[in-house]
This record gives sequence, structure tokens and C-alpha cells, in this order.
Amino acid sequence: MARFIPVRETILAGAIGLLLVLVASRFPGFVAPGNLANVLNDTAPLIILALGQMVVILTRCIDLSVAANLALTGMVVAMINVAMPDLPIPVILAIAVTLGALMGAINGILVWKLAIPPIVVTLGTMTIFRGIIFLISDGKWVNSHEMSPAFTAFPRAVILGLPVLSWAAIVTVIVFALMMARTPLGRSIFAVGGNPHAAVYTGIDVGRTQFLAFVISGALAGLTGYLWVARYAVAYVDIAGGFELEVVAACVIGGISIAGGIGSVGGAVLGAIFLGVVKNALPVINISPFWQLAISGSAILIAVAFNARAGRSKGRIILKSAEASS
Amino acid sequence: MSVFKKLIASVAVAGATLASPVFAQDDVRIALVVKALGIGFFEAAARGAEEAAAELGNVEIIYTGPTDTTAEGQIEVINALIAQNVDAIAVSANDTDALVPALKRAMDRGITVISWDSGVAPEGRQMHLNPSSNPLIGNMIIKLAADHLPDGGQVALLSATTTSTNQNIWIEEMNKVMGNYPGIEVVATVYGDDLADKSYREATGLMQSYPDLDAIIAPTSVGIVAAAQAVVDAGKVGQVNVTGLGLPSEMAGAIESGASQSFAIWNPIDLGYSATMLAYELSQNGIEAAPGAEIPMGRMGTLTLDDNNEGAMADPFVYDASNIDEFKSIF
Repeated sequence: MARFIPVRETILAGAIGLLLVLVASRFPGFVAPGNLANVLNDTAPLIILALGQMVVILTRCIDLSVAANLALTGMVVAMINVAMPDLPIPVILAIAVTLGALMGAINGILVWKLAIPPIVVTLGTMTIFRGIIFLISDGKWVNSHEMSPAFTAFPRAVILGLPVLSWAAIVTVIVFALMMARTPLGRSIFAVGGNPHAAVYTGIDVGRTQFLAFVISGALAGLTGYLWVARYAVAYVDIAGGFELEVVAACVIGGISIAGGIGSVGGAVLGAIFLGVVKNALPVINISPFWQLAISGSAILIAVAFNARAGRSKGRIILKSAEASS
Repeated sequence: MSVFKKLIASVAVAGATLASPVFAQDDVRIALVVKALGIGFFEAAARGAEEAAAELGNVEIIYTGPTDTTAEGQIEVINALIAQNVDAIAVSANDTDALVPALKRAMDRGITVISWDSGVAPEGRQMHLNPSSNPLIGNMIIKLAADHLPDGGQVALLSATTTSTNQNIWIEEMNKVMGNYPGIEVVATVYGDDLADKSYREATGLMQSYPDLDAIIAPTSVGIVAAAQAVVDAGKVGQVNVTGLGLPSEMAGAIESGASQSFAIWNPIDLGYSATMLAYELSQNGIEAAPGAEIPMGRMGTLTLDDNNEGAMADPFVYDASNIDEFKSIF
């Protein structure tokens, strides 16, 4: 039976529900449907990036450069928009995704071909990307009045009651759910992380799979880069500073094993939503800002400790059952 | 310092000298040394300096600086100015201490040296001109909100981090003068950590927690922009006024959308004007820069020096729909 009920996700969903009840007891307006839609919209970038990060972590790697990738792509598309205000949004989106994927590919190539540990590669590229933003922008901001109205309006445009930003996250979730469950790439990502040696014997190229994971993560970071800059209507060197850690935290809370191979799309999404609810709830329930950081941190630790305990009962005792049956 | 940069610096100074007619040698020559050439803020300060020169009549402004914001570049420029024996140097320093030896040499030659905007250590200048002061800023941020709330109302503060020294001092100074603004109630202070997304979220949270909120005061340039965007997205333009400290180039959109009625920051034109006036007074009218001295600076009133020979020019300058277009391209 336990096989069919994803325990971790159920518990996490329960925790989010409990959190919402607690917040609602202090600020009832928080659980109004309109506000929950706002929370979803605010969490959308985190959901998209957490899915990209999930794929990377599943292959036993980590991508610390996502926030810098986001910021660089955001700055580039913002500067392109200032230079060519008439460029249609689909072109901007294509540029953002391509550029992001390219930066992800740089990470991937270094991990694949030079076999440098991913944490070192992405730590390096993170700094390089931030440096490049400074070089191309000269440290200057791109401000809302310089961006074209269409550029900033796109993520806000409402379709079927939800802004495009939210839809971008929803579509990404659906695509990932299909990809991870139904495509050779999705399955090989699990295989590479679960047991690389076995994966090689089944004909999966471990390095190539890791490379593709980085490209996917990069492309999503690029997409988010445009959405982020357009949403906050400002681009500067430090946007999304430290966001990569939040993305990793969302994955970890969502039960993605940092050792690779274990995790689910649902987990990553719930992990992101959990953090999103915490981030949005703290400002409205009048908790001293001095406590907010401590509360966010404790939530992460509790969730991870819980996951570690839940993960421990994973092993299957083959011999015992054989013994019993004999 | 590369030979190339030396050349550039020398050419810049030589060019400035050559440009002046020879018969004008009796003019008082005041050098405005900036952090780097080509920065809008300093170009505007130079305009103010020219305005002061026109008012004074017999003053020639030498607007100069290195090509990038290095202390080495400024030292080259200062050495060149010493060689030309200018009457006064007013410098916005790239480094508090590195310029001191060069500026001391200038003072030894009888050149008046003041710093403005970004200061030099006390031994390297006769006085320093601050654009404003903490009490003036603290008063200004609440005044900006109160001016649009004649019947009183609720305001909230959106600061940078809990440990930001500047913001905490300004908020403290603001609390000291709250008695002058009856009816204005500060309902909350939140911290956006100078991150666009966190500031945006905190501003959104404020509007939810306090549905009757009338103004958000953000004494930080990241926070004020993010709060203005949050107000626009929440559809509360006209109900919640975002104000505080920001740069005209960054706030132009917020003024245009109406999310911000007005905000403040120093005015570079006034700053260049005042620096020139002060340099002229010290150099030509024999006024001594000493603690407690009151030095006139034309249309900007008088400057009172404190124990460190520093003075605050004026209240931060208020920017609104009437002047934003003029300044948004400057800085």
C-alpha cells in the first residue's frame, strides 16, 4: 500500500496546510483565494527554479549559479529591451531561454568533459556571471521607465484568472511531470543519480545526462530571469542575490535527496510552495523581523531532519523475507 | 598608473587651461575635482559650479577628474592642478586617506582645499561639505509623507536590513521629530534587506496588514523602487503613496505611474554650486574654516561647520512630477 501513497509529499502538503491554518488564525485574509493566488504568483520563480535544480540534484550534481544566471539573463534582456523597445516578447523569451541554456551548458561541459566537481564549477560560474553583469551594465540599473510597457506587462497579463507568471510555473510543472515520468531523459536522470555504475551498464551516458540536466536548469533560470526583471521592473547587478540557496532549500525540503537519485516533481513543487508561504506569511503576521530569519531557518532544518528520518526506513531487507518464506 | 592614464589626465587639465583666454589670468580659478569624468551626477555638479561662477563674476571653473574612479587618477589630477597653481580645489574623493598627501602639498602652496560629497580625512582639507545631515534626512522622509496627508494617516517604514547603519540613524532621527507631525502614525517598520523581491513582498504584506495605510516610507533606493512597483501591482496607486530616498533615474517610472508623489535625494547642481561658493569664500574673502564658522554660500544660505569642520548643505532636494524629467537623465 505504502508504495502508492507518496508519504513525503503527503506530509509536506499537510505541513503547508497546517501552516496556512496557523497563519489564518492570526491573519484571516491570508487564506482568501485572491491572496493565495498572489502567493502562488510570488512563488512561481522559486517553483520554476526548484524544478531545474531538482533535475540537477537528481544526477548527483548541484547548480549554485542559477540566481546569477537569472540575474545576467535578466540584465541582458532588459538592456536589449532598452536598445530595441519594439522587439516582440516571444523573441525576448527565446533569447532569455537560449542564453540561460547556454550558461547552463557551460556548467555542464565543465562537469562532463573536465570532470570538475559541480559545486566548484557552479560556484565559479556564479561569480563570473555576476561579474559579467557588472561589466555589461557598468554597475548601472535598468529602470522601469526605460523598459517598454509590453516588456513589463507580459508576466502580469491575466489569463483565466491567473497572471502569466503563475501559468509559466504551472506549465513548467506539467512539462516536468511528463518528462520525468514518461521520457527516456527523465528516467535516465533518475538512473544516473540512483546508481551511476548501473546506469552505465544500461547504456546511459552519465556525463551527457548531467550536461543535459545543467542545460535544463540553465534554460529555466534564463526564462525566470526575464520574468523576474519584468515583474519587479528593475535590473541591477544584485537582483536575486542569495536566491540559489533558497532554490536548493526548496528542493531539500521537498525531499530531493542531495545524494541524488531520490525525489519527485511534486516534492520540489511543494518544497517551493512551503518556502513561498513562509516568506509571504511572515510579513503579515507581525512577527519581529529579527525573528523572521530564525523562523525561516528553523523551518528548513525541521523539514530536512524530518526527511532524513523518513528516508532511513527506505532499505528493503531481502534476506529476511527469503528466510521467512523458507 | 599607466602612462596612458597620466597622459589623459594631463591632457584633460592642459585642455581646461588652454581653453581659458590668456587675459583672464586674474580670474579666480577653482578646480572641481570629481570621482570620474562622464558621470551624470558630477556633470550636474559642474553645471552648478558654472552657475556659481557666473554669479560671482570673476571665477573660472576647471572641471576635471580621472577617467575612472581611482584615487591614483585623482592624485595625478591634483598634482597637475598644483603645478598650475589654481586658487582652490574642491574634491569629491575616491579614497578618504589616499589623497591626503597630495592635498596637503596643495595647501602648503596656499591653495584652498575643500572636499564635498565624498570626504577626505580632516588633515587633507580645510572643510568638508556634506550634501545633507542625518537629522535633516530623518525629518525630510517623514515630511515627504506628511505633506500629502493634511488630515493625518498611517505610514509604514520599509528599510534595508535590520543592521543598516544609515537607515537606522535616519529612522531614529525621524522618530525624534514625530511630535511635529500630529496625526501621522507610524504603524510598522519592515525590512526588505535591499533585495527587490523581499522589499516587494514586505510592501505587499504592509498593504495587506494595514488596509488603511496611506504611505510607505523607504529610505533606501532598492526599497523605494520595489515598494512603488508593489503599489502599482496591488492597484493601490492614489491610496498608498511611496516616498523616501531614491534616485531620479530609478524613480522616474514610479513618479509617472503615480505610485510615488515625491521623493528626495541631494541635488547635485546645488552641491556643485555650494562647493564653488565655499571654495571662493575661503580662498578670496579670508574666511577661516574653523569649528563653529558660518560661511555664506549664495542662494543656498550659510553653512555652519561642526567640530570636524564639516557642514550640511541643506534638506534633501524633493523630486516630483514637476522636475523629474529634468533630473532623470542626470543621475
